[in-house]
Amino acid sequence: MSEPEMSRHETAWRRGLRRVLGALMMGGLRARFVVVFVLVAVLGASAAAWASTQQAARSLAGFSQQQHGQNLVDQVSSAAPAVGYPPSEEDLEQLRDSAGDNALAVYEGASSSSGVFAGSQALGVTSAEMREAVGQAAGEGRAYTEQVVVDGAPWLVVGTPVMVTDPAGGRAASGVEVYAAQDLSGVEEELAGLTRSSVTTSALVLPVAVVLALLAAHTVLAPVRKLSTTARKLADGDLEARTEPRGVDELAALARTVDEMAESLQDSMVSMARMQEDAKRFAADVSHELRTPLTTLTAAVEILGDTLQLREETGQETADESDARESARLAITETRRLVQMVEDIMEIARFDSRTAPMHRENTDLASLMSSCIRVRGWSDDVEVLTQDAGQPYSVVADRRRLDVVVANLIGNGLKHGGAPVRVKLFSHADHMAVEVTDSGPGVPPEQLGKLFGRFYKADASRARSAGSGLGLAIALENAELHGGDITVENAPEGGARFTLWLPKQHEDPTCTGGAA
Amino acid sequence: MSQKVSCSEFCAFQGTARPYTEEVTSILLIEDDPLVRRSLELALSRHGYTMVTTGTGEEGLSSFEQHVPELVVLDLMLPGIDGFEVCRRLRERSQVPIIMLTARGDDLDVVGGLEAGADDYAVKPVQPAVLDARIRAVLRRAVSEPAGVRAHRGLRIDTESLTVTLDGELVPLTPTELRLLLTLSRAPGRVFTREQLLEEVWEHGYLGDSRLVDNAVMRLRAKLEEDPGRPAFIQTARGFGYRFGPV
Repeated sequence: MSEPEMSRHETAWRRGLRRVLGALMMGGLRARFVVVFVLVAVLGASAAAWASTQQAARSLAGFSQQQHGQNLVDQVSSAAPAVGYPPSEEDLEQLRDSAGDNALAVYEGASSSSGVFAGSQALGVTSAEMREAVGQAAGEGRAYTEQVVVDGAPWLVVGTPVMVTDPAGGRAASGVEVYAAQDLSGVEEELAGLTRSSVTTSALVLPVAVVLALLAAHTVLAPVRKLSTTARKLADGDLEARTEPRGVDELAALARTVDEMAESLQDSMVSMARMQEDAKRFAADVSHELRTPLTTLTAAVEILGDTLQLREETGQETADESDARESARLAITETRRLVQMVEDIMEIARFDSRTAPMHRENTDLASLMSSCIRVRGWSDDVEVLTQDAGQPYSVVADRRRLDVVVANLIGNGLKHGGAPVRVKLFSHADHMAVEVTDSGPGVPPEQLGKLFGRFYKADASRARSAGSGLGLAIALENAELHGGDITVENAPEGGARFTLWLPKQHEDPTCTGGAA
Repeated sequence: MSQKVSCSEFCAFQGTARPYTEEVTSILLIEDDPLVRRSLELALSRHGYTMVTTGTGEEGLSSFEQHVPELVVLDLMLPGIDGFEVCRRLRERSQVPIIMLTARGDDLDVVGGLEAGADDYAVKPVQPAVLDARIRAVLRRAVSEPAGVRAHRGLRIDTESLTVTLDGELVPLTPTELRLLLTLSRAPGRVFTREQLLEEVWEHGYLGDSRLVDNAVMRLRAKLEEDPGRPAFIQTARGFGYRFGPV
C-alpha cells in the first residue's frame, strides 16, 4: 500500500467513525441510552473480568510455586540421607528420580537429567542467576523458583541444594543441587478458561444491559412523551391540556413548570378574549349610542330642509326663514360629516379590535373600478387604463372594502392633487396593482411616510373640508386585510402616486356564500 | 300608545314622496327611542305613508293585529321581546314585508334579522329618503311582468293574479319572495348574479348585501322545495348566483 493510499484509507475510516458518532448524537434518546448502557456494562464487566483473571493467575502461579518448592524440598530431604558423599553417578540418578520426571541433579561437573532437562542444554534451562542462588543457599529446605519457556511451553523450575550433616553435627551444603521442572501448561489452560468465562459473562451482560437501558429509557421517556403530548395540545390551542406529573424528579419539575406556564397562558388568553369581547361590545355600543341621536337628527334636518325648500318654492319667505334654511343646510352638512366621522372611527375601532368582518367574493377589479367611479360621478375627472382591455382582473376580495380603498385613493387624489386622476391596472404573476396618480404638485418627501397616519392632514388649512383624516389609514387597513399593501411615491412626471397591491389568490368556491 | 298621523298636506308637492296615488300605505313602526320614533314618524309621513308607531315589541304585535299595516319597520334593540322575536312572531302569521333597523351595525344583527324573516334592513342613522326607497322596493310586487302562467313541475306562477301554487295549493309568499321568484322564472335556465338580483328585486346598488339574496332564496326554498338540500326549482350556480329550472 502506497503512502497516499494509506492516508485516503485513514480519512475514510475517520469519516465513517464521525458519521457513526453523529448518528449516535442525532438519534433518539432511546438509542443513545442503549448504546451508553451497553458500553458502560461491557467496559465494567471487562475490567472486572480482567482484574479477577489477573488476580487468579497470580494466586494460581504463587500457589503452584510454593507447592512445588515444598514438594521438592521434602523429596530431596528424604532421599538425601541415602546418598553417599561425594555422590556417585547412581546417587545423582537416585536424587534426580526422587525429584520427579523432569529433574536435574548436579554436583560440580557431573549431572543427571531427565525430561525437559535431558539433552545437551540441560543446564541451559535454568538461568545462571538461579543456579548461583541455589549454589550459595545457606539454609535448609530453601527452594528457589523460576519460570522459563522451553520450546514454547511454560515451565516452572524449582531448585534446592542438598544439605548434609557435617562431623560436628551441623548442617552444610553438600554441593549437590537438585532442580525439578513442572509443566505450567495446565495452569495456563486454566487461566485461559477463566478469561473465556469472564468474556462469556461479559457477553451475557450485554442483553441484560440492553433491557436495563430500555427500562431506564422508558422511565425517562414516558414522562417526556407525556410532556410532549401536552405541549402539542397547547400549541394546537387546547389550553386545558396539562401533564400533572407525579414524583419530585427533574422531569416532574419541568412538567410542573410547563403546567404552570399553560395555566398562566390560559389566564392571559381568557383575559385577552375578554378584552377583545369588551372592545367588540364597546364598538357596538358606541355605534348604537351615536347612531340613535344621529337618526333623529338626520330625519329632523331633512324635514327642516324640505319645509324651507317648500316655503321658498311657494314664494313666501321671511328673513328668519332664510336663516333657518341656512342653519338647516349647515346642520345637514355637519350631520353628514358627523356620520362619516363616526363611521370612520368605528371602522378604525373594528380594525383595532380585529373584528372587522370580511366577505370575500370573486371580484373583477376592472368592473369594480368603473362602478366605483361612475357611482361617485367622477367619470369626467378620472381616466382608467388597463394593461389589457377586456381581460378579467379577478381577485378574491371584499367588494365593499375594496371599493372603499379605491374611492379613498381616487377621492384623495381629486381633493389634494387635482384632476385628472389617472388609474392604471396591472396584472402581475402573483399580484394585482392599482396605480392612482393625480395631477397635483406631489407630496413633500418628508410627508410621504406620514400620509397613512390617523388624523394626519397634510394641509392644515384644509382640515375642515378634508374629511375625517382617517381615509388613508382605513384604506391601508383594508388593503392589509386582503393581504395587500398601499405604497406612495411622487410620480416622475409629477403628482402623487398611490399604488394598491393585492395578492392573487386561487378562486375560492366557498367565499361566495350561497344558500345551497 | 299607538297613534295615526295622516299624510301631510305638502305631500302633493313632492313628486317622489307618494308611492301610490290612489291608496295610502300604512306602516307600523316599532322603535323604542321616542325621539327617533317621532322623527321617523314625521319624516315617513311626509313621504306619504300612514304611520302607526309603538315603543315595544309586545305593543307592536297587538297593534299589528289591530291595524293590519302593509309594512313593518322594526328596530332590533327593543326592551322586552327583541326585534328578532317580534320578526319571527310576525312571520308566523303574516307575509307582511318587514324592514329592520339596526344601530349596532354588526353582522350578527343583520344575519339574525334576515334569518328571522326580514325582507331588508337599514343601518341607523338612515336617511328617510333612503328608507322610503327601501320601503317602496319591498312593497312592489312585480315589475312589469307579461301576464301569463309559468308552470314547472307542480309549480304554477300566475303573473297576472300574482299567485303561486304548488300542486294546486296556494303558497303564501312575501312580496320580496314573489319578486325574486318572478325574476328568476322569467328566464328559466339563465343564471342571475347576486348583484343583478339585488338591483332587480331590492333595488339596491351594486354594493348591496348579497346575504339578502341568499336568505331570501333560503326562505323561498323552504316554502317551495320538498328537499331544500336538493332543490328542484331554484338552483345555485356556485360562485355566480342562482337560476330557475332543472339541475
